Amino acid sequence: MEIMKSYSAAAFWVLFFVIFAVVPLVKTSDYQLMLASHILIWGMFAVAFNMLFGLTGMLSFGQGLYYGLGAYSVGMMVRYLGEGWFVPGIVVGLLASIVLSVLIGLLIIRVSGVFFTVLTLAFGMLVWQIVFNCYQLTGGDDGIQGLIPPGILSNRVVYYYFALILVLISIWLLRRIVDSPTGLLLRCIRQNPERVRFLGARVKRNQLRIYMISSFFAALAGSLIAGVDNSIHPDMLYWTTSGEVILMAVLGGIGRFFGPFIGAGVILVIGEWVGAKTEYWSLIIGVVMIVMVLLLPRGLAGGFQLLKARLTSAPVESRG
Amino acid sequence: MDLSFIIMQFLSGLTTATLLFLVASGLTLIFGVGNVFNFAHGSFYMIGAYLAFQAVSAWHTNFWAAIVVAALGAGILGMLAEALFLRRIYGRAEEGGFQILLTYSFILVIDDLVKLVWGTEYKSLQRPPGFSGSIEIAGLTIPSYNVAIIVIGLIVVVLAWLILTRTRSGRIARAAALDREMLSSMGVNVPLTMTLVFGIATAMGGFAGVLAAPLRSVTPGAGTEMIIDSLIVVVIGGMGNFWGAWLGALILGEVNAFGVAAAPEWACLFNYLVMVLTLVFKPEGLFAPRRVRKV
Repeated sequence: MEIMKSYSAAAFWVLFFVIFAVVPLVKTSDYQLMLASHILIWGMFAVAFNMLFGLTGMLSFGQGLYYGLGAYSVGMMVRYLGEGWFVPGIVVGLLASIVLSVLIGLLIIRVSGVFFTVLTLAFGMLVWQIVFNCYQLTGGDDGIQGLIPPGILSNRVVYYYFALILVLISIWLLRRIVDSPTGLLLRCIRQNPERVRFLGARVKRNQLRIYMISSFFAALAGSLIAGVDNSIHPDMLYWTTSGEVILMAVLGGIGRFFGPFIGAGVILVIGEWVGAKTEYWSLIIGVVMIVMVLLLPRGLAGGFQLLKARLTSAPVESRG
Repeated sequence: MDLSFIIMQFLSGLTTATLLFLVASGLTLIFGVGNVFNFAHGSFYMIGAYLAFQAVSAWHTNFWAAIVVAALGAGILGMLAEALFLRRIYGRAEEGGFQILLTYSFILVIDDLVKLVWGTEYKSLQRPPGFSGSIEIAGLTIPSYNVAIIVIGLIVVVLAWLILTRTRSGRIARAAALDREMLSSMGVNVPLTMTLVFGIATAMGGFAGVLAAPLRSVTPGAGTEMIIDSLIVVVIGGMGNFWGAWLGALILGEVNAFGVAAAPEWACLFNYLVMVLTLVFKPEGLFAPRRVRKV
């Protein structure tokens, strides 16, 4: 059984890699390549977000902050130091996300539940306001355009593989974290923080740790997107960005590791399908979210699993 | 900075604070009594403003009738939102998270419906007749409408406090905050109480929306601005606490008024600054919610 499991897991990873690796070979337009990049990067963002909500039970409404931080550190480096600073910009963004998530994290993990959510939102809006106001420095409302990655990365296909490899490594690392003793401890914190404290483990320290990890990968997603879209804008820091990643996770299923990734794919494809970002896009998102919360809180992945369980009468495995 | 300038700024801050309090106290009431965190509370404020605009411009009512229309409309919508949607997720595991998701979806839906019905352009509402001028007190010229808002706000604060502490309905609301099961076994219809509390709170939000409309323009983004500020108010004041909301609104209103005078571009950042400072020293807010008296 164990061997079967590890085989199917390996098969899944190979399949996952192959599907995304062949996209540049079978694509009929650059547009499809862009959609595939978006799904990869947002998928990773959503999985990283779910490390907080799905795994640990902390709902952050401010992950857009780190997503924007990653994007803006690339954008600012390129704007002020030149094209060659694109990749160092990614590294700077990741370092900045660590520093900022520790500073903010230390302030906000002191409270829990909805209080935590409200504070993540408020800090996200604070940074958005700063970026929005500093027109001279950040370009304010206009954002920064013309962010072309340097050298061979300027080729879209090369950049796609660059992103694919980084996303795969990230998702693999996140999976390792979920399966590690820390991951187990985080699941325990979600269920009963008090008992974890009695057992002698540090609740707050582990919450801070997972907040940092989630923010780190959010920043990576933001900096990678900057190279796909070739532009950044302050909306990336706005609370609707945080809301969108939450929707992806809830739609896909917060109880499963890959659920949020599936949710990201579904949202982005539907978005393209209905003519993305139509005027009433947020109305559609809102209605979808209400339906999901009321009828299918376990998401598409959870619903599918339930269906499978009903058909094969196997017990439902709940994880993460 | 002379004294009259300081007084003028203080009064302007008091006006902002009153409007903020009307919204934030509703937010805190719903949280204190129903244990629901209503992210969409700002949207009811916005709906109030739009309903009043509709009443005045399309149905040619006067300002005071428009206030009634708006408060009733916002209250009824709030009750529908509670009874049709929120009620279904009470008691679910991780209820808090799902409440936030659900009420966040309300924001998305309401904002877009407002755009559908009224368009995206700015709307404006005239001050009520008799309040378009200004009055003079001790040599200072103060817009009479601002004075009216402050007075109305004071009346609402006192009334709400009296109702909560001195009447049977207030006692039921406070009891619901503590122990719903016990209250239910005493023969009180708890679900109905929740719906009514929701209705009253959202009606207060809509009421604030109308009062604010002549001072600010009515836009589809108004709700978002308001909810962020109200969230900061409850974070500063302590969530679920009536007087906390009052103090938080007062601090934020004054910080805003004097911030605008000192550094206009950065005024909106001062709000967050106050919030961060509060968090550093009192993470649960100035009036931390106590177990015994939540409202």
